[in-house]
Amino acid sequence: MKISESIHQALQNIVSSKLRAFLTMLGIIIGIAAVMVIVGFGNGMENYMKESFQSMGTDTLTVSINGRGSSRSVSEDDMYKLVDDNSEYLDQISPTVSVSGTVKIGTETLDSTTATGVNEEYAIIKDYGISDGRTLQYLDMVNRRRVCVIGAYIAQEYFANNAVGQEIRIGGQKFTIVGVLSQQVTEMEEGGNDDMILLPYTTASRVLSSGDINSYTVKLTSENYVTEGEDAITNALYQVFESEDAYNVTSMSEMLEKMTSMTNMIVLIMACIAGISLLVGGIGIMNIMLVSVTERTREIGIRKALGAKERYIMTQFVIESAVISALGGLIGIGTGYGLSAIATQVVASLLDTSMVIVPSIISVLIAFGISAAIGVLFGYLPAKRASRLNPIDALRYE
Amino acid sequence: MISLIAFNNVSKHYQMGDTLVKAADDISMEINPGEFVAIVGRSGSGKSTCMNIIGCLDVPTSGEYILKGENVGALNKNELAEIRNKMLGFIFQQYNLLPKLTVLENVEVPLMYAGLSKADRRKKAIEALDMVQLSDKLTNMPNQLSGGQQQRVSIARALAGDPAIILADEPTGALDSKTSRDVLGLLQELHKDGHTIVLITHDNSIAVTAERIIRLEDGYVIYDGPADAPEAMVISHHVLEGGAQS
Ligand SMILES: Nc1ncnc2c1ncn2[C@@H]1O[C@H](COP(=O)(O)OP(=O)(O)OP(=O)(O)O)[C@@H](O)[C@H]1O
Ligand SMILES: [Mg+2]
Repeated sequence: MKISESIHQALQNIVSSKLRAFLTMLGIIIGIAAVMVIVGFGNGMENYMKESFQSMGTDTLTVSINGRGSSRSVSEDDMYKLVDDNSEYLDQISPTVSVSGTVKIGTETLDSTTATGVNEEYAIIKDYGISDGRTLQYLDMVNRRRVCVIGAYIAQEYFANNAVGQEIRIGGQKFTIVGVLSQQVTEMEEGGNDDMILLPYTTASRVLSSGDINSYTVKLTSENYVTEGEDAITNALYQVFESEDAYNVTSMSEMLEKMTSMTNMIVLIMACIAGISLLVGGIGIMNIMLVSVTERTREIGIRKALGAKERYIMTQFVIESAVISALGGLIGIGTGYGLSAIATQVVASLLDTSMVIVPSIISVLIAFGISAAIGVLFGYLPAKRASRLNPIDALRYE
Repeated sequence: MISLIAFNNVSKHYQMGDTLVKAADDISMEINPGEFVAIVGRSGSGKSTCMNIIGCLDVPTSGEYILKGENVGALNKNELAEIRNKMLGFIFQQYNLLPKLTVLENVEVPLMYAGLSKADRRKKAIEALDMVQLSDKLTNMPNQLSGGQQQRVSIARALAGDPAIILADEPTGALDSKTSRDVLGLLQELHKDGHTIVLITHDNSIAVTAERIIRLEDGYVIYDGPADAPEAMVISHHVLEGGAQS
């Protein structure tokens, strides 16, 4: 007897009691769908984070210097030299001075806009293009000019894409807009990557901030040199400060890794919880199969009298349970895709982000494999029981 | 001629609490190829016990059952299943068709277990159903047939694998007298075609269809001989005494 015939027989049995088969599958359906949506959620989150981090650059390091009293310090020039000395790993550097003053255009206040003081290399480090006007230049730094470059969001929202030459107030000071950055994300939003202002760090540190420059963004020659670049900077700074607490070097890729492993952990825990319903589903299948063995005792007796070996009876029941379970798995996969699509919509409308919940193909394959395996596993005991029935007792059974 | 079925001092005992039930007690007999034998006896006399042993559904507590030269007691479950499949065709009182399969599929079941290809199965099953004049009901479900038709399907199923022995346990027990005659006629026809038939019944009028009668009483053989001998129909002392007292 061939497997295909056993499967055909199993399908016949399932079709003859559809409602029961469906209820039996329900646990598996729910379990698979839940695991898929949760894993999809995790994937979506990871992709979303990756995208955000990548736009910040995975080949950059952030150096922040807290200093150690007033006796030791590093100037911008020391930092520039540090980069030059390690040109094998370190490519470019820009100070980053965060500006806390309010940003105003006319009478309107831009609360979510980030304004940062940077040098002329920053746009290159971050790979920002210019869609209008010019970038910040070396002379802007030297002369502490009150000029700035704005993100595409601001240009579009407040200047109708005609921003160059206009004025903007930062911390009460007037700045002339000299350039507009190209749009970075497809769906621009308030507080997003396109809602920002770059101004000369010299101006920022003198006019708008305490004066000390204590934060830098460093571009690596390659993404693969994160560790080497970090080491080079750390060593140099240690020689100055002789204390590890005086500075801090972080890489985006490191942070991404940390965040990813954190979300993965959460997803794993949630998937495990959802996986429990697979277990419950499996037990449901076992229960129904045991009932089915009892109901079909006479059939088993007849088949045995007609020459069915234990192995055939066993195969028949295991396959039936595997088919029910796998069918449940397929329905669950369909449901999982459906729910993922719905969840994507819900998340988009609730959280105002463009996170896409995508169940990975691998998770789908694994889900299907698990559901079939559950059928085999939990069908085994009932099948064993069926195959062991004594033919005389089975034939006498009413 | 080597006998097809040989019982050498076969006993089947059941321990029921303190009492030992001797369902079959030291039975020795032989059945040759081509014979039509009826095993007769009152209820509880051990007919089904014998039939289960002959049918390789059960093994004796003691004694030997030799089927076509092979000692069945020495076989494992798989080998027993194979013998049931290849050597034996069962006809039951309750037909025992599989309700979810069509007539044709029912007849194909033993052939499927025999490992025949789909086409061969179909061909043989249709031949067997032809033989019992049911070739127009191939796609019917069993519950769409009358009792007599269902029993004919089960005869076709027993025949299909061309077994050495056809074992019928009260095949007419659920049928009216007219249909019973048809079924018995069919068995006689099979006998004429050379099949070995063992018919189990409690009914003397049915037992006479066979050419030889083995009469059981309390697990013993009390008569083994031609069906047309006067002693064949003698009912045991037991019953006579019981009858006299009432
Ligand atoms: N599994 C069993 N356990 C205990 N006793 C049994 C078992 N099977 C049969 N017996 C006993 O063995 C004896 C013979 O039983 P058997 O079924 O062979 O009778 P039978 O001749 O077929 O009767 P009937 O015509 O009513 O079917 C009976 O007394 C019965 O109670
Ligand atoms: Mg009986």
